Amino acid sequence: MRFGGLTAIAGVSFQAHPNQITAIIGPNGAGKTTLFNCLTGFYRPSAGRITLNGLPLERLADHQIARQARIARTFQNIRLFPMMTVLENLMVARHAPLMKASLFSVAGLLGLKRYRDAEADAIEVARRWLDRFDLTAFADTEAGALPHGKQRHLEIARALCTDPVLLCLDEPAAGLNPRETAELTERLADLRRTDDIAMLLIEHDMSVVMGVSDHIVVLDHGRKIAEGSPFEIKRDPAVIRAYLGETDDEALPPDVAGDVAC
Amino acid sequence: MLARLKSALLAGLAAALLGLPLLGFRLTDSATGLSLALRPWWVAAAFGVVMAGRFVMDGLRLPDIQFQAPHDIRRQAGLGLTLFAALLPLLPFAGRNVVDMATMVLIYVMLGWGLNIVVGLAGLLDLGFVAFYAVGAYSYALFAQYFHLSFWICLPLAGMLAALFGLVLGFPVLRLRGDYLAIVTLGFGEMIRQVLLNWQSLTGGPRGLSGIPRPTLFGVTFTPEARVIFLYYVILGLALMVNLLALRLRRLPIGRAWEALREDEIACRSLGLNPTLLKLSAFATGAMCAGLAGSFFATRQGFISPESFTFMESAVILAIVVLGGMGSQIGIVLAAVLLVGLPEWFREFQQYRMLAFGIVMVLIMLWRPSGLLSARAPSIRLGPAP
Repeated sequence: MRFGGLTAIAGVSFQAHPNQITAIIGPNGAGKTTLFNCLTGFYRPSAGRITLNGLPLERLADHQIARQARIARTFQNIRLFPMMTVLENLMVARHAPLMKASLFSVAGLLGLKRYRDAEADAIEVARRWLDRFDLTAFADTEAGALPHGKQRHLEIARALCTDPVLLCLDEPAAGLNPRETAELTERLADLRRTDDIAMLLIEHDMSVVMGVSDHIVVLDHGRKIAEGSPFEIKRDPAVIRAYLGETDDEALPPDVAGDVAC
Repeated sequence: MLARLKSALLAGLAAALLGLPLLGFRLTDSATGLSLALRPWWVAAAFGVVMAGRFVMDGLRLPDIQFQAPHDIRRQAGLGLTLFAALLPLLPFAGRNVVDMATMVLIYVMLGWGLNIVVGLAGLLDLGFVAFYAVGAYSYALFAQYFHLSFWICLPLAGMLAALFGLVLGFPVLRLRGDYLAIVTLGFGEMIRQVLLNWQSLTGGPRGLSGIPRPTLFGVTFTPEARVIFLYYVILGLALMVNLLALRLRRLPIGRAWEALREDEIACRSLGLNPTLLKLSAFATGAMCAGLAGSFFATRQGFISPESFTFMESAVILAIVVLGGMGSQIGIVLAAVLLVGLPEWFREFQQYRMLAFGIVMVLIMLWRPSGLLSARAPSIRLGPAP
């Protein structure tokens, strides 16, 4: 991906697996969000290919990627539908199956049973995710009125409501207090255990990254500089150099490198 | 106190500045020709009145009454209004003028409900809505003139044609948002009017089209007195149909998707919603409503010309939607009654009519800056309604 003369990411390849969390870390401007934007079709790569299970993504528009490749994402700055209620936010995520069931609104306008059944199904799916994220009590409140931490959870629940195979989380812990962060980490670990979803996680909070990820990819200046388990990454000299600059590697214990990196 | 004085002084100065050219000079006709007379006292009076007014107003806390009416009360109010509208021609005070006036108000209610789908739900600011109204009106007039089709056949045709024009407008403006969208739709409205003005061989140009056939009911024709009442019921039926359509669409996935599009387009795309289809469908649905209203307008007037489809009309319809509180069906009825009805009531004020009208508008915007009724009811609930 190039912006004018600047190559934002190049030659990054890695694998993500169901029931695993792959974290993508790197200093500011390393190209993490750009990578997400390419994956989810918000940017079209200037060259190269992106495939998911053999499906070429680089030719699809963003909304086609969400529907056909079943990639869902959240955003660094939360993007909810603030005036709509929590339940409505989730119902929008069930748009495609509902639209089909309502025969592009015709059956819905006539109030046919076929549509009413589909609507009940969609509510059931939404309710399941609301329960998982402890949001059921807020189902009928405006999304914009929720506290920040709950909004983060709602955004993830909404993305999950589209029934994705790949979920891309862009800094889900940004702006959360330590208690909320711990809660989020627990939720992510829970998702990894029970749902067959591959997850990509961009995060600066190393406690989250080290706590839940199975695999870490480190980017710097648009290139992959390291890849491996959290344990390996903590000790990787190239990673420490990217985060702290050219310093004396010996002088810094590896654990500090992990904690300072924000 | 000092801040109050300061704000009053500023308001007074603004009034004096505005008043200087408007009130400060007067042309007098004297034997030697026209001459300018200064009227400093008038300007001073404007300064004093506005300053005092501002001072008093800052002191008064305007009561901010929230019409957070529960759902069933709203429903009852809606049913009550519908019943009143249905019985209106039978009421003792309802003479021909009242029913005629009510018909005019209902046309604007219908237009407001149509535009509300585009502006209130989908959040696409449309300043050229009158174009679709014109398409509806001219398509009925032309179909009737050239193919001798009856009103009831032309009505759906006009709706479809207007919807088609909605799509035509939709395509070029897909990438635009907010102010830029408003400017292009404004231009589109003017374009349609210019075509109507200049395509003389088809539309008669500025002379317009006359002798548009009146509607019949299964072949029954009406005397002029009965026709007023018949037309009233036709527009009442049409308006209620549009209302029902809007209310139902809002509870369907398409309606929720429109609202989501208004709230955040990027989030919509990340959830697999196709913004192109959503925008086009919103434009087409709104335009269809305007087309139906337009063809009714043509048959009621019996004569149409481009004069009736100026930007002013678009502005009035948009004002109805905004004043009513975006997204509120009953609010739009109230706003239409105010905006179309008030200028008629104020006829007694003669040349001060528009002044009185303006004062009422300013007062409403001071009192309820987000529209008369603006509370949004969720389209779907998990728990029981409060």
